[in-house]
Formats: sequence, C-alpha cells, structure tokens
Amino acid sequence: MARRLAALLAVGVLLTAGPGSATAADLIRGARVLAPDHVRLTLAAPISNVAPANFRFTEARAPDVPIEVRSVEAQPGNRVLLTVDAKLDPAAAYRIEIADPPAARDVRPAPWALLLTIILSAALINNFVFTRYLGLCIFFGVSKRRDTAVGMGITFTLVMIFSAVLSWALYTLVMTPLKLKFLQIIVFIGIVAFLVQALDTILKKTHRSLHQRFGVYLVLITTNCIILAVPLLNAAANAGAGESLALAVGSGVGFALALFLMSCARERVELARVPKSFEGLPIAFALAGLFALAFMGFSGLNFMR
Amino acid sequence: MSGEPILLTDRPPSAKALLLNGIFAENPVFRLALSLCPAVAVTTTVANGIMLGVAVLFVQVASSVTVALTRQWIHPRVRIPIYTIIIAVWVSTIDMVLAGFYPALYAQVGLYVKLIVAFAIIISRLEVFASRMPLIPTFWDGLGMGLGFLFALVVIGAFRELLGSGAILGHAITAEKPLLFFALPAGGFFSIALLMAFFNFVEARMLKARAAAGRPGAPAAQAASGGAHG
Repeated sequence: MARRLAALLAVGVLLTAGPGSATAADLIRGARVLAPDHVRLTLAAPISNVAPANFRFTEARAPDVPIEVRSVEAQPGNRVLLTVDAKLDPAAAYRIEIADPPAARDVRPAPWALLLTIILSAALINNFVFTRYLGLCIFFGVSKRRDTAVGMGITFTLVMIFSAVLSWALYTLVMTPLKLKFLQIIVFIGIVAFLVQALDTILKKTHRSLHQRFGVYLVLITTNCIILAVPLLNAAANAGAGESLALAVGSGVGFALALFLMSCARERVELARVPKSFEGLPIAFALAGLFALAFMGFSGLNFMR
Repeated sequence: MSGEPILLTDRPPSAKALLLNGIFAENPVFRLALSLCPAVAVTTTVANGIMLGVAVLFVQVASSVTVALTRQWIHPRVRIPIYTIIIAVWVSTIDMVLAGFYPALYAQVGLYVKLIVAFAIIISRLEVFASRMPLIPTFWDGLGMGLGFLFALVVIGAFRELLGSGAILGHAITAEKPLLFFALPAGGFFSIALLMAFFNFVEARMLKARAAAGRPGAPAAQAASGGAHG
C-alpha cells in the first residue's frame, strides 16, 4: 500500500515538476549504465528516499514504457546503484527520473566511448569481410601477395574516409531537406566514382611515385561493395558526422586487417600441397572460412563495462 | 574486374549457346568468381537466394539491353561512369519494387540488393558483351548470366539450408539440424569452397573423358578454368 502511494506520489510530482527543469538537472551529476543491468548515479547531495519506486528508468526511444527498478543501493560518495529488470545496452540512450527530490537526466555513453565502440565493432566484431561478406571480389583478388594487400588496405581506408564524409554531408545537408533520399544509390556510387577519378588525376600530377604505387588499387576500389555499404548503412541509421566517420575508419581498418591476414596465409598455402580440385580459389575460400570462425571469437568483446 | 576476355568472336553466338554459357561454362560465381559477396551473404536459405538472384537477373538484363540500345550515343571515354549510372537506375527501381512488395524478405537482404550496383559481373558483361554486340544476343547473354547467378545462389542456398537447418524453402526435411555450422557466417565460405572444388573436379573428369575419347577439350571450358583462378 505504501509503495503504491509512493508511486502515485512520484507520478504526481513528475507531472508538476516536469523532466529536465533547471534544478532537476543539477541533482544528478552523472549517470552510467554498467552492463548488464546496473545503473550508477552520482548525486550532488545525499538522497534520503532510496525506495525503488522513487526512481523511474526508461529507454530514450520508448519514454512511456518504464523499465522496472528492482533494487536501489546507496553507496559511499553520494552514489546510488540501481538494479533494473532488463538487459541494458551500454551504447544505447536511457533516461532516469527521481521523484523525491525531483530530478531527471539522460543516461548516454560518452561520445568518445561511442565512437571507439563503432570503430572496434566495425573492424573486429562485425568485420565487413568475415561476418558481413562484403568486398569479397577485391578481397580474393588482391590478397595473393602481402605488399599488394598492404597497398590496397591503405588506399582503401583513405578513400573510404573521404567518401563516407562526402556522402554524409550530401545526404544530410542536401538530399534529406530536398526529399531526394530515393536517389541515394545513384548519388553514393557517383561520389565514389568521382572521388576515385579525381584522386587518380590529382595524384598523377602531384605525386607521381605515390600514383605509381597506389594508382592500380584506386581504380579497383569502385567495384568494392564496402565503399558503398558504409554510406548506405550510415544513411539507414541516420548517423551523425562523427558516427559516419567512425564507421568509415572502422570498416577501412577492418578490411585492411582482413587483407593482411589473408595474404600472409595465402603466401604459405602457395607452398603447401593442395588437392587438385581445391587449387586456387576454393582453398582461399576455406581459409577465409577459418578466419571467419576465428573472428567469431570477437563477438564476446565488450569494453563499455 | 578480373574476368578473362570472353567470346570475342565477330559473329554473335546463338541464344542457346549464350544461355548455357552463362549458366555453366562461365557461371559468374563458380567459374568467373565475380560478385561473390552476396553469394556468401544471403545464401543461408533458398528463399533469400532466389530473391537476390531474381533482382540480379532483372538488373543484368535491363542494363545490358539499355546499353545495347544507347551505346551509339555513349562516348567510349566516359563509358564506365555512364554504365554505372545505368546500373544504379535499374538497381534503384528493383530496390523500391522489392521493398514495396516483399517487405519481410527485403528486411533480410535489403542491403545486398542495393549493393548490386557495385557487382563486378554486371559491369563486366556490359563492357565485354553489351557494348559491342547487337541487341538480341545481348539480351540472351544478360539472361544467361542472370540465370547462372540465380542458379549458383539457389545451389549454395539449398546446400546450406539443407545442412544447416535440415530444410528446403522452409519445409523441414529432417527433424534435427544436421550441421548448424553451415548456417553460420563461416559456413558460407566453406560451402562455396566445397562447391567450387566439386565443379572443378567434375570439369577435370569431363575433360579427361573427352581426351580419352580422342577429342580435344572445348575452348570455352579451357578459358573458363583459367578464369576460375583469377
């Protein structure tokens, strides 16, 4: 009965105070999601009421559906540890509201942590080659020798960053306001083709030796699906500039890493005695399968604890 | 584009030869090893494979025919960007059609439908065939290549769905799941390795049998085996 009263009171106070008013934001100094189901609040002043009903925890996407707070534990240093009845995602955005005294705050990861997560996730956990199977034509084409693999990896990462930033700018600043989203495929492939051609011409005039070394790879990049997949994924997720850049860096590094690993393995397979039917591409596919199995080990990687 | 020069004769070949060439002798996936990304990515089930295969078939035929019709106005120096734009237009079309009519399937393979625009097989057929042959053979070549791709996706999809989840097209054939491994990401690579090796093996046996019978191997088959290592 007392609990229900408290809940009623909490709703009433929330309605009158309203989330995010000036005094409310000051009480909660910091809020962090600690996986899998804890939230730690750092308060400006000690709080007397630590009943679970005093706290309301919601997902930022669904502010009407409260996640039940199972227990609240006061810790030294004006800290409060909440245990909630759901598996939390440290990369997602939540909102915590306190009824007495009234306070509210958005719980979201630090920007640098989010960007680091995107980069490492794109490079290792969801490696574009081994778990999303993109860019395979180029991957099998240039992974025969180690130096070509390194050259392609560097060229690709740089072009990827340029093209993702350009695509993001055009998509967010031009295509979205003009309602031209349906043209995204044509525009993105156009950007890649334009960028590759422009870089090729500029490098040929200004840095002849660089062009001799990396020019071949530049032309090949147009047929790499990853360079198109990253802008498309960014557009689908409505990513911001930083997130787009992070995905581009992560996918580029991941592709370069995959190429390098594969070229090392293939140089050794050249010397091995492979059954006649498996010579060439089939054994390369089997190698890629082994790498993909190994990369599954990264799926448990979580560094936002 | 690592494809070998293919069928560079003056006289356009017959429709039947072109269709069979696309499906077997120069199968885009097993023989030319082009456009492999979707072949691994969407083939966890037969239904996904069919959906993407049909999309590629449509884009290949439509862009081949468009190029054959318009090539007299395309300056050779800017042909690659123009081809890319033509492909992108047709990919946008099929992308919107599939998203509108098959939303459930599209949710699984949507990204790969959009990525058809970067498939090496389509632009290499435009470059090798559609830019120099008349309209009718171009149509058959596009159809053959598209069917070859569809065939490859269905074979890989059936192989993986049968071994991975013991079903074909969602209908359970065995009660248990024999080898879950083949439904996993890594299984896709192994399935293609096994199927490619199988095709190589069959071809080597056929060539040997033909040589034993006193006939030289067909030139198309030799060119194709070169391409498979490219």
